[in-house]
Amino acid sequence: MERQSNREGIKGWLNPGRYGLERIAYWLMRLTGLGLLLYFIAHVFETSSIVNGKEAWQKMLELTQTTEGHIILTIVIGMCVFHTANGIRVMLGHGGVGVGKPGRPDYPYKPASLNSRHKLCILASIGLAALAMMYGLAVLFGD
Amino acid sequence: MAAITPKLSDELPSTIVSPTSSVTLRISKFNPKTDSSSSIEEFKVPVQKWTTVLDVILSVKQHLDPSIAVRYSCRQASCGSCGMKINGKPALACYTKISELNSSVITVEPMNNFPILRDLAVDFTQFFSTHKKVRPYIIRDDSEISEETKELLQTPKEVEEYLQFSYCIKCGLCNSACPTMATDSSFIGPQALAQAYRYVADNRDAGKKDRLKIIDDSHGIWRCHFAGSCSQVCPKGVDPAMGIQLLRGYLLGFRK
Repeated sequence: MERQSNREGIKGWLNPGRYGLERIAYWLMRLTGLGLLLYFIAHVFETSSIVNGKEAWQKMLELTQTTEGHIILTIVIGMCVFHTANGIRVMLGHGGVGVGKPGRPDYPYKPASLNSRHKLCILASIGLAALAMMYGLAVLFGD
Repeated sequence: MAAITPKLSDELPSTIVSPTSSVTLRISKFNPKTDSSSSIEEFKVPVQKWTTVLDVILSVKQHLDPSIAVRYSCRQASCGSCGMKINGKPALACYTKISELNSSVITVEPMNNFPILRDLAVDFTQFFSTHKKVRPYIIRDDSEISEETKELLQTPKEVEEYLQFSYCIKCGLCNSACPTMATDSSFIGPQALAQAYRYVADNRDAGKKDRLKIIDDSHGIWRCHFAGSCSQVCPKGVDPAMGIQLLRGYLLGFRK
């Protein structure tokens, strides 16, 4: 019999809000991970320009001193802080730390692993990222 | 005594009848033998405050379109047959009341990450095979039948270690909600992993080493990234996300 696999694919990662804050954190973690990977590749490309001499290096550095360059750097700061802070939460969770204890489930069955400590950590990670971005903006665009 | 018992004719005018409203039910239709892609059919259906999504689907099937393929059985969230995507989120149709959806348009689709057999009915072959893969039964050399007591005693604390995970009704909602299942067709899935934990945490079981070996695979437990969607949609409070993280604790040396 013919079958349609009906697998959601990448679009299954979209619309994370339907599954709550933890799914939003998962989505942001993926997004920031990919963003940081792109930054890493660009950074290697940028720093490798030094092999072409001082002038090429200076020219490349000038690119980061533009308004667009500053905005990109600010986004990188935000991605880096969120990915680090949320990554620590996820790593601890992966070891079974802070995911609650098994017990008899009672209606309305609130999952213990999706507890307020995790939600607070996710919100704190977002908050820290926002603060770091604001600080980055103040340093890069100040004076 | 007869004087105070109301007759049926006396009772009828005072019987409280819930006001009837109507919703638009949008059903995804797909027959792999004849269709190249799925289509949506719309039906206007009267509902009352206690009407469930399954009631509405069966009403449409009975009165408007008998060709609708839907799997159901117990109608009380015990058999796990009527899992489907309701307004974009996996849920049991018998366990979801129209009134709690807060919408006059209800869209029902087959669960994602399962092959479609027809309309709302999906194929559980891979699901059951991954469930069997983790050896979901007590493994031990002796048998309680050969013991004098004929039972294996456990303290309430020992039972609580795995009790909630034994409530799994194998409805498949967790696998449907899982973002890893959405992209990795070989991933063992939250249902099987939670069942692996259920038996690993049972102190009567001696198959921990074997089970940990089965799940310690590139498409096994390491593909779970703790998005928690499986626990979010579980209708029985199993909390697969917790089971998976605790199970990983054994592999990482956090638990013995």
